[in-house]
Amino acid sequence: MENENFDRDIKATIKKNWRLFKQSRLGMTGLGIVVFFGFLSILQPLLFLTGIWDEGIYHPVVGYDAEKVGRTIVECPTQYPTKEYQQEGDCPRVDEVNIRYLKAFNIEGEVGEIYESNVQPAPPSSRHILGTDSLGRDIFSQIMEGSQVAFVLGLISAIIGVGISTLLGTAAAFYGGVLDTYLMRQSDLVLMLPTLPFLFIISAFAELQIWHLAVVLGTIGGLGGSVITVKSQALQVKVKPFVDSARITGGSKRRIMFSHILPNVAPLALLFMVFSVTGAIASESVLSFLGLLNIDMSWGIMIYLAQAEGFIFTGLKYWWLILPAGLSVTLLAGGFYLVGRGLDDVFNPRLRRR
Amino acid sequence: MSKALLEVKNLSMHYDTMEGNVDAVKNISFEVNSGESFGLVGESGCGKTSVAMTLLQLQPDNSVITQGSIKLDGKELIGLSENDLRKVRWDSISIVFQGAMNAWNPVIKIGEQIREAMREHYPENTKQENMNKIIELFRMVGLDESTTDRYPHELSGGMKQRAVIALALSCDPKIIIADEPTTALDVVIQDQILNEIKKVQDLLGLSLIYISHDIAVIAEMTDKIAVMYAGSIVEMGPTKDVFKNPIHSYTRALLDSTPSIRGEKKKLKSLDGEPPSLINKIEGCSFAPRCPNRDTECNPSEHMRLVEVNPDHFADICSQGK
Amino acid sequence: MADNLIEVRNLVKHFEVSKSLFSRNKKIVKAVDGISFDIKAGETLGLVGQSGCGKTTTARSLCLLDPKTSGNINFYNPDSQNMESFDNINEDGLKTFRRNIQMIFQDPYESLNPRWTIKDIIKEPLDIHNIGSLSEREEAIIEILRTVGLTPPENYLGRYPHEISGGQRQRVSIARTLVMKPKFVVCDEPTSMLDVSIRISIMDLMLNLAKELEVSYLYITHDLAVARYMCNRIAVMFNGKIVEIAETEELLQNPIHPYTKRLISSIPIPDPSFNREKYLINFDELDKIISNNPDEKMVDIGGGHFVATHNTKEFFIES
Repeated sequence: MENENFDRDIKATIKKNWRLFKQSRLGMTGLGIVVFFGFLSILQPLLFLTGIWDEGIYHPVVGYDAEKVGRTIVECPTQYPTKEYQQEGDCPRVDEVNIRYLKAFNIEGEVGEIYESNVQPAPPSSRHILGTDSLGRDIFSQIMEGSQVAFVLGLISAIIGVGISTLLGTAAAFYGGVLDTYLMRQSDLVLMLPTLPFLFIISAFAELQIWHLAVVLGTIGGLGGSVITVKSQALQVKVKPFVDSARITGGSKRRIMFSHILPNVAPLALLFMVFSVTGAIASESVLSFLGLLNIDMSWGIMIYLAQAEGFIFTGLKYWWLILPAGLSVTLLAGGFYLVGRGLDDVFNPRLRRR
Repeated sequence: MSKALLEVKNLSMHYDTMEGNVDAVKNISFEVNSGESFGLVGESGCGKTSVAMTLLQLQPDNSVITQGSIKLDGKELIGLSENDLRKVRWDSISIVFQGAMNAWNPVIKIGEQIREAMREHYPENTKQENMNKIIELFRMVGLDESTTDRYPHELSGGMKQRAVIALALSCDPKIIIADEPTTALDVVIQDQILNEIKKVQDLLGLSLIYISHDIAVIAEMTDKIAVMYAGSIVEMGPTKDVFKNPIHSYTRALLDSTPSIRGEKKKLKSLDGEPPSLINKIEGCSFAPRCPNRDTECNPSEHMRLVEVNPDHFADICSQGK
Repeated sequence: MADNLIEVRNLVKHFEVSKSLFSRNKKIVKAVDGISFDIKAGETLGLVGQSGCGKTTTARSLCLLDPKTSGNINFYNPDSQNMESFDNINEDGLKTFRRNIQMIFQDPYESLNPRWTIKDIIKEPLDIHNIGSLSEREEAIIEILRTVGLTPPENYLGRYPHEISGGQRQRVSIARTLVMKPKFVVCDEPTSMLDVSIRISIMDLMLNLAKELEVSYLYITHDLAVARYMCNRIAVMFNGKIVEIAETEELLQNPIHPYTKRLISSIPIPDPSFNREKYLINFDELDKIISNNPDEKMVDIGGGHFVATHNTKEFFIES
């Protein structure tokens, strides 16, 4: 009965709520960002499957593509200024290579000859629209891979978290007493727990895969403050006359909790879910950046690699190694947050403009 | 007859909403003389609160006044700047809302809050002068002097509402608008508050605009009433006249559906249907779909228009048929 | 007495309220403090009083929503044809009881689950008590919708509460309440939030259904004018106690207790040419006298008119 009920319910409310959501400019902006990254993460496997992209070249982890550049071999003078070079540091020029460096690597060559070398990281070109990293891997492909990781992590942890907090919050409101007290104290404890240091400790003991992290983040989120908020909402629903009415008729506790209270706290839970995605994406980046996650590729890892190889300190000379990944994290996390704000307008009629 | 203190002419206002325009006030006109109490009665959603808000120029941002004028003491209110309006509000016209008793700031003493409002309007008064006046007002509405030193949560609903009336009186207005001031209160407390309002009105010679859905309260409180339905005034006249000789079918339906504890217990008559939604533009008589006397000679496609049926007693043209 | 449906004897309901977060002193609020009344089959009893006087607490205790502190509630069990006490009710008795006592709430916007359709809302009691087959339930729903004046019923089945008006919602509440043909319905100000023109139609509907389905009501209201229209008898409640109980017209014409007099004198009359006589009392004084006489007995002054025996002259004050 409840299922059939639910389907129709969902259809009707979605229609109405979508209209309200469209009113929120922030929400629509956020939705645009989320849809854009969603599109990116689906696009990558499609490009591989259709053969438009060669996995050997474009694979985000094991792909390799070198860009050849010819450079004139020169011998840099010992004293400046000379006719060609004004001061030390001018030699070698961009299209030149100092013969002393070649010698150091035991490479044969004479002054005046052309030496062909690979440029890594290569700047954006028509072949790699966001350039390659220092290992010759395509940045754009990595961004797409990272967006898959972000979605998987964000959504799994959000669903786990919201599931836990909705169930526990509703149960605390409904049964009260010892269970309530226990759950509330537990929430206080989890709230006080500093999440990042806690994750450091976990990753020191176990190699964290992405879905491990999703479960851990979801559980921490689900046991924390959201239980308290869901509980307060459920308490409001619990004293509504329609719940009394079901009790007078003799409805069982299970029926009242699952048919009456849960559906009425669901919108709030959905809101939480969207907001907690933001937190999960941000946490992932921080952990990856610190090298604490055992995953192949993510936005955090991209920044980590750029940092580990020293490119992060070169200002914006190697911008394609840092900016795309950094912006992606910021945009997607912000995008989910904005969607949450839009949903807030829908679910909290207080804020709703007439 | 003395010159009208408040003169509303052909006022129309609608709200601009997602679903379309809500015609909340449609071409209404009325006058309130000084010292007179004027009642505005109608069901929820008939536009009576919108009228009150428009009189104070406090209507929400999405409202649009399409026509009409509101003249207070001969001065036009529509189009005044916010600064000039602030002087008019409270100084000449003030309001007691339905939920006003819950609008007190919980962390400031009641007396302090009223003094705050007075300071804005009487910057030259000393603190003691203002305080004396507040105490005088409190006595007038039946509150003890010590109440000025209490926090809102220490007072009962009735006491808070009395203090709201004192606040409304604090800047010597000429007109008070009371928008369902007793709806959330018990009958006994309602009775007390109504008494205070009447007493204060007599004492200070104020004009009163009393807005309510309860026709029994209106009967006791007012000299003149206007019955509103779907944004229009359908009947207006001296209260005694309208009650004794109601012309419009809606007025009669309202009177027939109000139970009383006095007189013979009679079968009450209910009205079929529901008030129309104001979102859909209503052509012609908005009451026609529910009108029990529809089949008489009235013309439902005719626009609502007030006609003088008795001296000072106006009714909608729709009722002219009978 | 076989014709009583409900007998309430010395019903007491106290709430414990801790004074502050840290103090261990419990303050006891005597919401209902020893009230007794009977409701006969087919009769409507009005329970009138100020907010906070214990009307709603009484209703909730009667519906077994909140456990009572002490006292006795007896209920006529149509299965065993006996009066049965709530205290020693068995599983079967409880089921019968749940089927026969229902409640209609004040707020038509809060009393229906906003996420359910009208059909599911009305069907829930039938589902809980497993009455009839699925198609029989469907028929019962359509029939009851027609009975409460929501026609054609098919138009309402699939709709949500927010899609219909306040008056229609209250009709749905009534339909849900009556779909199991209960014997006794507690009405907690069912019309106070409705518009005047709709209120009467709901009240008339309830009166008609009472006759048709032989339902008794306990009708809670703060408005004596409404109570007069709806009720055969009226009980006046003040601070958790019933101070006067009588046939409706007798109570209105011949009130004895000062609180009843005060209540009656504060009802506005929809007649501008009538001047109400004010009857003022000192509530603090009245409160003191009542709480100083906890074992106050109700005295029958004839014709089923009971009144609490305070010395009425003591707290009569001139206006």
